[in-house]
Amino acid sequence: MADENQSLKKAFSGHGGFGVDEATMVAMVTKWRRQPDQKSCFRRDFSDFFTTIGSIEKCEDDYLLHLKTEFSRFKNIMVLWLMHPWERDARWMHHVMHKSYPFTVIIEIACTRSSEELLGAKRAYQALFDHSVEEDVAYHIKENYSKLLVGLVSSFRYEGPQVDNEMAKWEAKALNSAIKSAGSGKLIQNEEIVRILSTRSKLHLKATFKHYKELHGKPIEEDLGANLWLQETVKCIDRPAKYFSEAINNAFKEGADKQSKIALTRVIISRADVDMEVIRETYYQQFGVKLEDMITKNTHGHYKDSLLSLVGK
Amino acid sequence: MATLTVPHSIPSPQEDCEQLHKAFEGWGTNENLIISVLAHRNAAQRKAIRQAYQATYGKDLLESLLHETHGDFEKLLLLWTLEPSERDAILANEAATKWHAANRVLIEIACARSSEELFIVRRAYHTQFKRSLEEDVAAHTKGDFRKLLVPLISAYRYEGAEVNMHLAKSEAKLLHDKISDKAYSDEEVIRVLTTRSKPQLLATFNQYKNEFGNAINKDLKSDPKDDFLAALRAVIRLICTPEKYLEKVVRLSLNKMGTEETALTRIVATRAEVDLKLIKEVYQSRNSVPLEKAVKHDTHRHYEDLVLALLGCEEN
Repeated sequence: MADENQSLKKAFSGHGGFGVDEATMVAMVTKWRRQPDQKSCFRRDFSDFFTTIGSIEKCEDDYLLHLKTEFSRFKNIMVLWLMHPWERDARWMHHVMHKSYPFTVIIEIACTRSSEELLGAKRAYQALFDHSVEEDVAYHIKENYSKLLVGLVSSFRYEGPQVDNEMAKWEAKALNSAIKSAGSGKLIQNEEIVRILSTRSKLHLKATFKHYKELHGKPIEEDLGANLWLQETVKCIDRPAKYFSEAINNAFKEGADKQSKIALTRVIISRADVDMEVIRETYYQQFGVKLEDMITKNTHGHYKDSLLSLVGK
Repeated sequence: MATLTVPHSIPSPQEDCEQLHKAFEGWGTNENLIISVLAHRNAAQRKAIRQAYQATYGKDLLESLLHETHGDFEKLLLLWTLEPSERDAILANEAATKWHAANRVLIEIACARSSEELFIVRRAYHTQFKRSLEEDVAAHTKGDFRKLLVPLISAYRYEGAEVNMHLAKSEAKLLHDKISDKAYSDEEVIRVLTTRSKPQLLATFNQYKNEFGNAINKDLKSDPKDDFLAALRAVIRLICTPEKYLEKVVRLSLNKMGTEETALTRIVATRAEVDLKLIKEVYQSRNSVPLEKAVKHDTHRHYEDLVLALLGCEEN
């Protein structure tokens, strides 16, 4: 009976992890048919989420919210899976303004999608919300990093092979000067940094970052210090697989917050048809464990199965 | 309100390109023949002729035009023959790489095109120049002008008709406050002008006038020599009444008072299939003289013939 309780607790996401184990739940319903005492015993055993008051075990409100989130993971991933990628991206960007998604989601979408995909997302945004994404970002995000975000989201980068190497070298130096002269809090408002990061083609920027390391002895991310948005921008442009692999890892960390966990669905869904193999390899190199093993260990039920299918194992 | 006139039945692109080839053959060039063909074909037809010419004679029609014609006639012919997006890309590239504070061609292109048209220009720019338009504009401009021009040419404005009157009121007040403080290049001013949809902006400018008595452009005239203020006024004018702004450019160009003589060429080429008729009407009402008359007075020979043809004049 203790075993059964443990396994049902786990199924109801009582031991952490993502999603719920639908199969186990249904099996228990069958097993404990007409056995209210069994359920009573389970509730008393599950003290994290039930409190005994008098002769009943009351469900905690927190637990109900927790269950709502965990049950929804499968629903969310399936709905997102069905959606057109442009609509997904448009809705995620809209959530930044209207559902407190972190601003890094805008950086993620603006920098890891191709120019045509970003255009598609912007068209979808207009069709869905009767505003352009640029006007919404500019209006709703008044902090000092809005310049960067508006610039990134307005970009329509050249995607051809041509790179002006001399210019890339020059701009590596210009970035270094800008970083040195601006105060660390002001980096994100620096016009040269924003100009270069939000208008140059990705190939050009990769060359620029390479020159930066050669000329100044360290990668530009180190000199960007605590500037999270600039770091993310550089990472998304230069090594998107690393960015995504780290986002996935953050979701699985102990004490990960709600947004970090939501990112798991977003990353797997948005990259499943794009560069999932590369992300899997990168994840293994970075964290020494296979992505599919992390998923199997930390997620449950249909949510787990859908993640594993999307990840390609 | 286009001025371009295309005959009811036209020869096939093959026949047209053969006529053009004939116009280039031998000594000299038959400019009238060129005009009779190219000045009476729309963008799709010109594209078909170019393709037929390439297939038949193994070179780009533009190359032949470059060799066989010269001066202002050549310039207008080349601009006219190009597809609208290629044309805008070339004009934008010239404006960006040779940019100076009184140059407002980028503003013309950014504000007098629809969102989709502007995006097609940006795509054409990639193909032609192997860079993005915004990276060239950003790299060649600085300070307040860069702050204005980069978001302006990167704009992808919502094109629906919905207007939020509450927002129009609050943003009219915002603009008024900033203008009163002479904070012309304030981020909020730029945000409103470069991201809001055109219907939303029209509502905002109307609210401005209703609330504060003056049209917003009147309040932006405090220093007639300030190029940045002129740029802001151009943005607003081009969004509200592009034909009036463009008429002024044409008028100054004809009086040789403008800063660039090529303005007439540019506006005729870019507007003949759009609103050159409206521009003509504004010209007539503003100057009491038809535009054709001013053109006849101020231009000569084949250039004059081509301009008049694109203005929709009957052949003499």
